[in-house]
Order: sequence, then structure tokens, then C-alpha cells
Amino acid sequence: MAMKLRTILRHLREGAKNIIRNGWMSFASMSSIFISLFILGMFLLLALNVNHMAAQIESQVQIRVFLQLNVEQEKITELQNKIGNLTEVRSVTFVSKAEGLELLRKNLGEENKDLLDGYEKEKNPLPDSFTVEVYDPQSIDDAAKQIEAINTADELIPIAKVKYGQGTVETLFKITNAVRYIGIVIVIGLSVTAMFLISNTIKMTIIARRREIGIMKLVGATNSFIRWPFFIEGALIGIISSALTTAAVLAGYSQLVKFTQMELSLMMIKLVTIQESGLMTGTLLIVLGTLIGIWGSTISIRKYLKV
Amino acid sequence: MIEMQDIWKTYIDGTHALKGVSVRIDRNEFVYLVGPSGAGKSTFMKLIYREEVPTKGQISVNGFNIGKLKPRKIPFVRRNIGVIFQDFRLLPKLTVFENVAFAMEVIEAPTRIIKKRTMEVLDLVGLKHKHASLPAQLSGGEQQRVSIARAIVNNPSVIVADEPTGNLDPETSLGIMNLLEEINFRGATIVMATHNKDIVNSIRKRVIAIEDGNIVRDEARGEYGYEA
Repeated sequence: MAMKLRTILRHLREGAKNIIRNGWMSFASMSSIFISLFILGMFLLLALNVNHMAAQIESQVQIRVFLQLNVEQEKITELQNKIGNLTEVRSVTFVSKAEGLELLRKNLGEENKDLLDGYEKEKNPLPDSFTVEVYDPQSIDDAAKQIEAINTADELIPIAKVKYGQGTVETLFKITNAVRYIGIVIVIGLSVTAMFLISNTIKMTIIARRREIGIMKLVGATNSFIRWPFFIEGALIGIISSALTTAAVLAGYSQLVKFTQMELSLMMIKLVTIQESGLMTGTLLIVLGTLIGIWGSTISIRKYLKV
Repeated sequence: MIEMQDIWKTYIDGTHALKGVSVRIDRNEFVYLVGPSGAGKSTFMKLIYREEVPTKGQISVNGFNIGKLKPRKIPFVRRNIGVIFQDFRLLPKLTVFENVAFAMEVIEAPTRIIKKRTMEVLDLVGLKHKHASLPAQLSGGEQQRVSIARAIVNNPSVIVADEPTGNLDPETSLGIMNLLEEINFRGATIVMATHNKDIVNSIRKRVIAIEDGNIVRDEARGEYGYEA
């Protein structure tokens, strides 16, 4: 049976009024939602950052392609184009033997840089090479294999070696993936805990009102008539408190980003910006909060609607 | 009209509250239900408004077979039965007006009619001027009059009152009785459980005495008392 408009309006009005009428109980529910979601929001941001850092580390993974000695410039250009045309590959940079030496010298550090003295120009033992970056670091293995294939297809076999830290890279990915899964598990675990904590609080507020429900039934209210205002009340409490939580979490996070920017950038760490994380965090918290509010009140009231 | 045929009620804990009660209460009657505590008076009344179902036997109220009522239909049967309790059972956070209007909102009456009818009924019970008060701001007698207003606002054909004067002083009780008589005069059937000997003996009505789950006496214009 379709509900009359004035009944819908009545339920909305009553649901909103009930929040005020049951001031302390509403406050208890809202605090409970606020605290649970706040902790969840913090962990979510932490997980996003860990994921972000893992992605940063992964993106530093690259393939080094060492050429044979004395490969013609023409061949070098041809190889560079072929590798660059692979779908996985984002960029191919040519590193000449002289640049390679400079790079090596830089990596050895200030104290040991004279170790390489006397290896310049013709005496340079290093081969020319390419540095290859891929779009998805997890597909680096495929990209390396395809470069090998280009090499074997060429009768000159111009490539001496394809290196990308085989073994080490796989271990790195295992670690970053594990960190991601742990983050997801913690966030899910916290969501479930928050749901139980909050629904318990809401249950308490409804137990306190079972007399009210009894009276409603006595004057001939149908179950759905009783349920609707509670449903709306739960939803409103959920929306209001999760919106407050989102505001608090994001405000806190933007301050954190602002104040740690200097220190962290020195350590080459970049936090996820508020623009990147805000929408996701906010949506998740508000949707979850609202669902919990509705769920808590609907589940709890069902018990008292029997008989 | 209320009709019970060989009604038995046994609770889960094994208590036999009613043991084969048969009775017929006609339209527009005023009936006192007397008997010691635990005799089965409350069960008798709960069966009428379908708070309980009989273990055995048949009960019909206004033509509905109460024992076989589908849960979905219960609210609609209750709308035709007004219930009054010793402890009033008002919603503490609603005003007097809202408490009474609530019973009309439930039947989805138009707002304009709810306002008009609620004020009418509050006028009848003499509390029109207190429509904006909260129950806690009223005396016991006033609270009971609000609960009576709520019970009659939808014009039910049956009023069930469980010791409506139990918590009130004699003078206030008399006021409540006058109100119930007025409602009875306007056409409602009234079933009232009571321990108030003075009222039963002075305002003479039909008396049904219950003891240990059985009707031990049923007299038109009877006196208080249940010991045979």
C-alpha cells in the first residue's frame, strides 16, 4: 500500500524531532559513531599513504639495457624506437658510456670518486645503455622479456644484458603487496568493529524506548508506521555524525600534511594530498556512517515489533 | 460485542491463568471485572485487545476471531479498542496534545481533523487548557484523563480499562468514573478491572467476579466481592 504524502512528512518530522527529544541518547550514538569512524578514517588515510609510498618505491624500479660494445648509432636509434614502441614501456632514455661513468662516479660518493680516475674517454670500460621505465611496475618482468625477444630477433644481437634487479624486484613487490593487504584487512576489521560498537549504542537507545514502541502498538500502529521514524532518525544520526567525522579527519590531515611537508620532503617522502584522499575518505565515512545508523536502528527495533 | 467460549490460557511457565471461561458482553454494556490479584483479570483483558492469545477456546471481539487473527491485521483491530492502564502509559517526551493526536496519526487521519478532534476530546476530559503540558507536569488524575482521551479519540466501540483508578485518590477516581460513564453513555462498551469496592458499590453496573481462573459470579447491578 502506498504511503500518503502527509504520512511520509510526518515520519520525517518525527524522526528529526526524536533526535532532539532523546537528546542524550542521540548524543551517545553520535559520539560512538564519531569516535569509531574517526579511528577508521585515520587508518584509512594511513593505508592510503602506505599504498602511495609503495607505489612510489615501485615506480623507481627500472630496466637497464646494456648494449654490446661498438654498436652503431643507427642501430642504437632503431633499438630505442623498438623498445619505446612496446605497450608496457613509458620511456626509454639513452645513457652513453660517458654519462654512465658520471653516474657511477656519483653513486660511489664523494670519498671514493677518484677510484674511477683514468677510466675516461677511450679507456672507459662501460658499455652504452638504455634506462627503461614501465607504466605498471608489476609488469616489468614482461617488458624485460620482450626486450630480450627484440634482441634475439636481431641478427647482430646488439644487447649484452637486460637487468632489472630480477629476484629483488619480486621480493619488493611481495612486501608492498603484503603491506597493501594488511592495510585493507585493518580497514575492513575496523569497519566491522565500528559497526558493532555503534549498533550496540543504538540498540541501547532503542531498549530505553521499548515502552514507547509498546504504546504505539497498543493504539494500533502498524509495524512499518513505527519503524519509519526510527529508520529516519538512525539515518540522520548517521549522516550528521559521519559528516562531522569527515570534517574533523580531513581538517586534521590537511594540518598534518602542511606541517610535515618540509621534514618529509627531505626524506623523499610525499604524503597523499587532501585533494587525492578527501573524496574517497569522505564518501566512505559518510556512506558507512549512514548505513550503520540505519542498520543499527532497523535491527534493534525488529526485536520489539514482534507480538 | 465480546464473546468468549471455553477460554483457557496457560502461560509458558505453566501458570493456568484462565480455566474454561465463557462469557458474553453485549454492545454498550458497562462491566466491572473483580477478583483478587492473580485471579486472571489482566489475562482476561489482554485477550480482548490481543496482547495474548488463548491456549484453547474461541474469543471474538466486534466480530473478529481474535485467536486466529493474522499479525498483519492486529493493528486494525486494536484501533477499535481503547485501552486504559493504572500507570497511564503516556509518552513522557510528548505533550498532552501530541500524546492524544498520536493515536490519530497512526490511522493516518488528515492533520486538520486530528487537530479538531484532539482538542474536542481534550475538552471532554477537561484538559483543553493543558494541551501543551508534558505528562510529568500533570497530576495523576490529569494524566489518567489524558490516557482516556487517547483511548477514545478514534471513537472505539470497546474500552478496556485495567484498574484506571488504582493510583488515584477517591475524589479524583470519581471524576474518572464520571468520564467513563459519559463515554459509555455515548455508545462504547466498557470493561473495567478494579479493586475499588466503593466505586463498584456506589456506581452499580454488571459485575463479573473471577477467582483462580474461573468466573465465580456474574450479576447485573452487582456488588463488590468475589468470595462466593
